[in-house]
This record gives sequence, structure tokens and C-alpha cells, in this order.
Amino acid sequence: MNQPASAYFLEERHDPNETHTLSVLVQNEPGVLARVIGLFSGRGYNIESLTVSETESQKHLSRITIVTTGTPMVIQQIKHQLDRMIPVYRVVDMTLTGSSIERELAMVKVRGGGDHRVEALRLADAFRARVIDATTESFVFEITGNSSKISQFIDLMRPLGLVEVSRTGVAAITRGPEGM
Amino acid sequence: MTDKSHDPNQMTGAAMIVRALIDHGVQHVFGYPGGAVLPIYDEIFQQSEVEHILVRHEQGAGHAAEGYARSTGKPGVVLVTSGPGATNMVTPLTDALMDSIPLVCITGQVPTHLIGNDAFQECDTVGITRPATKHNWLVRDVNDLARVLHEAFYVATTGRPGPVLVDVPKDVQFATGTYHPPRKSDVHISYTPRVKGDATQIRKAVALLANAKRPVIYSGGGVINSGPEAAQLLRQLVEATGFPITSTLMGLGAYPASGPNWLGMLGMHGTYEANMTMHDCDVMLCVGARFDDRITGRVDAFSPGSKKIHIDIDPSSINKNIRVDVPIIGDAGNVLGDLLQVFKAEAKKPDIKAWWQQIAQWRARNSLSYRKNNDIILPQYAIQRLFELTRGKDTYITTEVGQHQMWAAQFFGFEEPHRWMTSGGLGTMGYGLPAAVGVQVAHPDSLVIDIAGDASVQMTIQEMSTAVQFELPIKIFILNNQYMGMVRQWQQLLHGNRLSHSYSEALPDFVKLAEAYGCVGLRAAKPSDLDGAIKEMISIKRPVLFDCRVAALENCFPMIPSGKAHNEMLLPEEATDEATAKAFSGGKALV
Repeated sequence: MNQPASAYFLEERHDPNETHTLSVLVQNEPGVLARVIGLFSGRGYNIESLTVSETESQKHLSRITIVTTGTPMVIQQIKHQLDRMIPVYRVVDMTLTGSSIERELAMVKVRGGGDHRVEALRLADAFRARVIDATTESFVFEITGNSSKISQFIDLMRPLGLVEVSRTGVAAITRGPEGM
Repeated sequence: MTDKSHDPNQMTGAAMIVRALIDHGVQHVFGYPGGAVLPIYDEIFQQSEVEHILVRHEQGAGHAAEGYARSTGKPGVVLVTSGPGATNMVTPLTDALMDSIPLVCITGQVPTHLIGNDAFQECDTVGITRPATKHNWLVRDVNDLARVLHEAFYVATTGRPGPVLVDVPKDVQFATGTYHPPRKSDVHISYTPRVKGDATQIRKAVALLANAKRPVIYSGGGVINSGPEAAQLLRQLVEATGFPITSTLMGLGAYPASGPNWLGMLGMHGTYEANMTMHDCDVMLCVGARFDDRITGRVDAFSPGSKKIHIDIDPSSINKNIRVDVPIIGDAGNVLGDLLQVFKAEAKKPDIKAWWQQIAQWRARNSLSYRKNNDIILPQYAIQRLFELTRGKDTYITTEVGQHQMWAAQFFGFEEPHRWMTSGGLGTMGYGLPAAVGVQVAHPDSLVIDIAGDASVQMTIQEMSTAVQFELPIKIFILNNQYMGMVRQWQQLLHGNRLSHSYSEALPDFVKLAEAYGCVGLRAAKPSDLDGAIKEMISIKRPVLFDCRVAALENCFPMIPSGKAHNEMLLPEEATDEATAKAFSGGKALV
């Protein structure tokens, strides 16, 4: 086969999916989150994790952190589609910056007694999870870290009496002195 | 406390809306009243600067505003009520979004304290229209209204143009607040569309163009949207480079159809020479077009050997469907101006004689040919006669969607931009008649013709009544084959000729229908009658429904079959039953 001068879309489709973390700075106004989510559902993009909160109340700025998967072409589309929305100030691909820190917080409820209870506490200590609620038959652990660490901790808790989990989704920030 | 009672900027929300329209130079509003917009209609009644055109269905208002916008370059303005008024606008808003038409739609909403209560004629208008607009707003405080209205006009008309919607609850229309004229701070500081192209990228583009052996320019609706200057610059670039040029459906008229370098439209029903030139080129300059699937055909076989330059104001158009080599983000006219300047300063007209010889061979295939018939009017012939008999007149053409639309694009030659109004992206049947209403409102003395199909035209036929009321002498030229022609064609080519629900058993008598509406009905059924009837239609200074009885089973060719590349077109003389069956054996999925 002759290799053409330009790449093709169909070749791109065979590209493996990549996971990217995007930080999106938006005007905090009614409907802004619906716009962002509607974009993802309407165009068939994936959302692995979504975290939103107002970060600068004086300027009415919110920061949305989205973890998404797609081919490089789709990831580029997502960034462009987000960036052209009227209330969006900036879109930064944290994965491409190469030096971002990602953290997630989870609260993990475990119920049990005897050896299981002791083992849960021991593992929590190893993972630097804190006990934030306790009864004679249960603990609630608070754990912070990257998503895989939290998933690993949850997997370990499962045989020890895991009741439920509440996760915040990923927050991300770049290293170094510069802002986004 | 200062006394505000004499402050001229103190007014009701309803008065602010009319005032903002005047401040933005709006002369015409297309709309339909209802409970939630009555305060605004009361303000409209008490002034004479803005003329309101009363349509018969809100969808008609939307398409009329689109026609108005597309033919003038100014934003089209729509005023409709809450609930069904708003939901009926979803189709035109989506249509305008797909084709980048600037629209400002103002909707009434139930009073703020009733929002969310399933009140009478309530719907979540901003929720429903969020994916159908470039941006939309719900205004809960009358003191935000002026800012939002000014921002709405700015967003609709700048960057990649598009429809916007402002939803105004009835209590906000009644409330009194402070108005201010348009000012810069009305706009989100996060909205900064890029107009000027990157100089380095432009140089790269010029270097490619200057060394091209087999170049092509492929222009689109973005050149029209950019304004008449962009079309002039495009013509100058074609002149300076000597390159062949083709265009999308939306871009027709930017380069004149009579121009020597014109290849005709490209894409699924484009000319053989346009598609072959695209396929075999070595450098492609795409200006204000978006590599839509009707254009590219099979993407992995799309112009395989070319370097691609893409000028677009919307970064999300870049690399969406086709990977390009030199993207340039910016306004088509602005970038074309810079590109032309650099080209003239640094490059010479490349010698592409061999390429033109090749193109001449493709042209000689005469891909738009059709067999003549003395007994039955062929639709292609009807469009050709319409074109010939309106030549030199101040003519605007709108269309519905289907075979007639493609024949109009193939056989009606457009010499200027803003003369061709058609629903390209969304493909909205019923677009053309109300669009013609809007065009005629903007150009009362021009000849405005909707080239229609018998199926499409019935979707918005009620707007004939609008044309009669406002004395808009639009001409509805119906290519009547009694079928949904394009549906029937696909059923024939792809579904074993099982014509499932594509035949209209009970068409109205269009001549009598015209008379019922108070306009003029004409009919032609024989080729020998056609010229006379068209001349009569043109001479009548009233709205006309022209029932042009054409061959029922004519197919629209040439055509790129499903899953095929530009160089695998099916030409009319090759479209025997056998060849057609073979060409379409690959699959049933044209969409």
C-alpha cells in the first residue's frame, strides 16, 4: 500500500483510546454545567470522572475537572468544543502538561467485627486513610490519593465488610509556580 | 434616593426588548404572539421603527429569519411565545446552528415564580434549545435584560455566526428596570473569537500553494458568512493563482458560476470534474468549509495524495473529519486577504497547464447531461429554463430539501454571494417557502423564487398566507413529481425499489390551493408550455404557486454511491439498472 501524504481519519479510528484529564475554567452561571455535560452526551464523548466547584467566588469562576477517554483526534475535538462555549475561559489538558497532580477523596464505610475489623484498621493505616466515624461494628475511612490508589483500597475493603463508598471524582492541578 | 421617574432609561422589560432591537438596527421581526409575550407585542404596537411580520407557524418565523439573515448578512430576529412557540422554533434554531446563520430568538416564558411548576404553556426553553443554539439565556432580573440582549446580538453575529435565544419570563417583561445602550462590557470576557490568521501558518500555506502541481480551492459557507469582501478576495485569489475552484452547497455564489475556473459543486451530487479534481489534487485549500460527510464521501479514500490547508473561524472544525496539514484559525475574509498579499509578494502563478488539461478531460464527460424529452418536462430542464429566463434579473433563490434542491444547485448558476438560501446541514424540508418570505421582506423589489418539491412545500405551505398578508410576491416553483423524490431514489437504488411511503396519493391541486390563499396558481405540464408559464410567473407582482409537472421517476445524478470515493462516481449515462445495482451493492448506508 502506498502511504499517502496525509493521515486519514479511518486510520485514526484504530488508534488506541487515551485517558486525559481536562481542567476547564468557566463562568459560574446557571446552566453552565448542563452545557458541558450536554456536550459530552450529545457528541458521544466519555466522562470517567467529573468534579465541579466554585473556586473564585469574587469573579464567579468555577473549575471543572473532567477525566475522559478517546482517540487523540476525539480528545482534540473535546477540547475545541469546550473552548468554543461562551462561558468557558480556558481548557487545559493536564495530561499533556506532563506535570500535573491528581487527587481524589473517598469515604469508605466498612462493617464487621473480629479479625476483619482489625485487618481493615491495619490496611487503612498502611494507606494513610483516617477514621472519621466509628461504631462498635463499623468504620468510615477517609482516604485521599490518586484514583488507582483509592480503587485499590476499596478492593481490599470488599472482603472485609465494605458497605458503601462515596468518591469526589478527580481534582487536578499543575506542579510549579504557574497557574492555568 | 434620586427620582428615577424621569430617567429615559427607566422602562419595562418589554420596552427594553423593543429598544434593544432598535439600537441594533433591527427593522424586521418575524413572530407569532401568545400569552407569554403579550407585553412585548403591546410595545411593538405602540411604535413604528420595527416592523413585525406575522407568520402562520413559529417554524415559519424561524426559517423566514434565516432567509432574511442569509440574504442580507444581518441577524434575523424572531419573537415567539413560551411552550409550543418555543418548541416550534427548535427546527429553525438547529438549522441555523448547522448552517451558521445569525439568528436572535426572543421567547416569552411563564412568570419566574411559576417556572418549574408545569404551568400553562411552560417548557424548559433554555434546556430544550441548549444544543440547538450557539448560546442561550434565561433572564430572571429585568436589570440583566439590556446586557443579555446586547450580548445576544454580539454572540449571534461574531465568530462563527449562529442562533441565540433569550428567554424572558412575563413578570420580567412587566418589571421596570434600567436600560443601557450596547457597550463592550456586555459580553462575557471568555468569548473571544479569533479573526486574524496566524502569519506563520499563512506563509506555510503560500509555500504549498506556490509549489502546487495539481491544486484545488474548495470553498464553503464561511466565505459567504464572512461578507461580500471575502467573496471578492476569493475571486482575486483564484485570479492570482489560476487555480480551479469548487464549492460546497452552502458556498455557491462566492465564485461566479460563469467564471473560467469554476468546476461546479462538489460532493455526493457534485460534478465529476469537481470530485475528480478533489481526489487527485496535490494541494487543497479549504476556505470556510468543514469536510462534511456529503462532501468527503468515504473518508479514508478522500483526496489521498494531497496536502490540505484549512481556513476556518471555528477551531473545532479543524481535524474533525479529515486530518489537515496547515490549519489556519480565523475569519475567511481576513485570512484570504493576508494570504493573497503574501502570495502576491512572494510567489508566482504556478504553471499548472497539465492539470487544467486533465480537468478538461473530466469536464468533457459532461456529468450533468440528461436525455432530452419533448413530451414530459424533465426537472433538470425546468431549472435550466428558470435560470435562463431569470438571467440578468435581481434574483434570489431558496429551496426545500431533496432532489429539486440538488438539481437547483447543479443547474442554477449563481454569480454573487447571498443569492442562494438552502438548508444544507440539517436538510430541513419546508425551509424554502418561509425562507423566501424572509428574503422578500429584506428585498421587496427583487425576484424571490423558492425552488420546491411537492412534498417539502406542504410542510410549511401555510406561509403563503403570510406572503399574501404582507404583499410579498414570492414565487413558489414546485417541481411536482408526486413523490418524495430523493427518498424514492434511495429506495430504488438501495432498497430493491420497494417504494415504502414515498408516493403522495392525495396531493392538493396547487393551482386551486393558490387561489384559496388569495395568490396566483399556474401550471405547466408540457415542455412547450414551460417558457410561457415561467415568463408569466415572473411578470405577476403577487405571490405565485407554480405547479410544474415533471417526470415522476427521474433520478438525480451524478452521485457518489455509499462507501465510495470521489473517483467512483456514478454518471448519468452509466446509470443503467445493472451498473446502478453493482455500484450500490456495497451497502444501504448512505447516511
